[in-house]
Amino acid sequence: MKTVRSAPQPGKPRLTTSAMIASIAAEGQKTRPGPFGHALVELARHRPEVVGMTADLGKYTDMYIFAKEFPDRYYQMGMAEQLLFGAASGLAAEGFMPFATTYAVFASRRAYDFIHQTIAEEDRNVKIVCALPGLTSGYGPSHQAAEDLALFRAMPNMTVIDPCDAHEIEQLVPAIAAHQGPVYTRLLRGQVPVVLDEYDYKFELGKAKLIRDGKDALVISSGIMTMRALEAVQTLKDDSIDIAVLHVPTIKPLDTETILREAGKSGRLVVVAENHTTIGGLGEAAAALLMRSGVHPPFRQIALPDEFLDAGALPTLHDRYGISTAEVARQIKRWL
Amino acid sequence: METSTNALTNTPKLTDRAHNIRRNALRMGEVQGQGYIAQALDISDVLAVAYFHAMRYRPEDPSWEERDRFLLSNGHYAIALYAALIEAGIVPEEELETYGSDESRLPMSGMASYTPGMEMSGGSLGLGLSIAVGMGLGLKRKKSGARVYTLFSDGELDEGSVWEAIQSAGHYKLDNLIGIVDVNNQQADGPSTQVMAFEPLVKKLQAFGWFVQRVNGNDLNAVVAAFDAAKSHPELKPRIIVADTLMGKGVPFLEQREKSHFIRVEPHEWQLALAALEAGRQA
Repeated sequence: MKTVRSAPQPGKPRLTTSAMIASIAAEGQKTRPGPFGHALVELARHRPEVVGMTADLGKYTDMYIFAKEFPDRYYQMGMAEQLLFGAASGLAAEGFMPFATTYAVFASRRAYDFIHQTIAEEDRNVKIVCALPGLTSGYGPSHQAAEDLALFRAMPNMTVIDPCDAHEIEQLVPAIAAHQGPVYTRLLRGQVPVVLDEYDYKFELGKAKLIRDGKDALVISSGIMTMRALEAVQTLKDDSIDIAVLHVPTIKPLDTETILREAGKSGRLVVVAENHTTIGGLGEAAAALLMRSGVHPPFRQIALPDEFLDAGALPTLHDRYGISTAEVARQIKRWL
Repeated sequence: METSTNALTNTPKLTDRAHNIRRNALRMGEVQGQGYIAQALDISDVLAVAYFHAMRYRPEDPSWEERDRFLLSNGHYAIALYAALIEAGIVPEEELETYGSDESRLPMSGMASYTPGMEMSGGSLGLGLSIAVGMGLGLKRKKSGARVYTLFSDGELDEGSVWEAIQSAGHYKLDNLIGIVDVNNQQADGPSTQVMAFEPLVKKLQAFGWFVQRVNGNDLNAVVAAFDAAKSHPELKPRIIVADTLMGKGVPFLEQREKSHFIRVEPHEWQLALAALEAGRQA
């Protein structure tokens, strides 16, 4: 049975924003505004079949940028996610390429059967683009999509992507359009950090990329955890720990070749870091791959616990659940 | 098929079409020893009018771009739609013998990837109208004159998603969308009106901005008139035909059988049902 929490201790300093829409950018970090919306506009200029759809979250998924540019190619479906994805299937059946946006919780948990049956089973060319992935909202479990990757990984026909930053989001929009078939991609919206441009990185669908090499540990990561791992590099260097970072934005299909190649290099601890529950995401996908392939490095997971996460300020929660930069560094150091 | 103003007297007549659809369905039921046959018999008249009076399609080219789309939201009615697709020449009659068996293109629940002329994958109830909204929007984008017909069951009215779609079709004034709801007053757990009260259905649908007609779905003249009016209605509104139907229609001993979602038919009864159907036609 659920018990009500105790009142907070008076006088203890607390961060105060348990806002639904919290920025994941650190103070002073380089960002770009609405990378998805702008990339979609660019794509749509030469792809007339592209249409935009949302379920009352155009403003909060950067779809508004597309809607402003192409109002007659934009469909507001109201706060009705099942309708959103069923109608996206219908538009795709008529030859259009819908980009349909909502929050990750609503696509994965509320509309799962609609996506499963009308999009994945019918192999419709719908691109599902979802904000607030994993723990990127302090609003509580209603808006924290800790299990979206597990759910969509389990769906046949579905390509699943967890991008790291604005640079990657800009590149993945044309890439998923070039892929015929349903795609689920996590979305970072608003002022989105730019990180990967400094590593000469290029997104390729289905490809994992070694962002940096290192001799002590290999971090296999997706989404914002690649950013965290790269931030942890410096901290760990101070402790003479040298980590490699393998960014795996395409969760499905998994780039098994690159993962096996990197994880198979002897002498390194393998840590899979993901902004997702420990169950069913990149960590378990990588673990199963290594087991099946007879590659057995020391293996650890950095991921969200299998529990309903707290409401609160994001920095507090990222520390609490082990996915902040400091916690990533601390855990790796402890395991070595 | 192009619309005819003289549908009932055309050759073959719509009465013959409806009869043949029922016969095809009963033959498939016999192959499998089961099937949603009572529903197939109740909706045969509506399908006869849809496929042999109202809709434009090319039997030899089921994905002809200008075709009217027919979405079977209630996928368990597949046996009825296959019967109509066979009568329409879209599915070869000999495939009837494969119904529900391994490798068949006619699985018990309708799926888009299995059957020529099947536009969606049903089975999970409540999906069809949402897809129809997207197709209706898409056809308008393409400036196509094709229509989207969507058949669904009264039980599906319990699904919230159906009302999401009903509301949005009204919002987008999808006059190229024609819904047909089969009110046979039977769903899995009992009479639909008792499982979850949905009346007054006509008023509800009107309130959502639809052009609504309610007819006896087993009266071919009435059904023809309803399809004609649904197509020619001048207002920019989605259209819906509420069809009250009788489960088992055309086979008296099945009409009288205790109503149930999945009626039991004994192995020897399929031939009796076919004979009763034939006798009813002679009478």
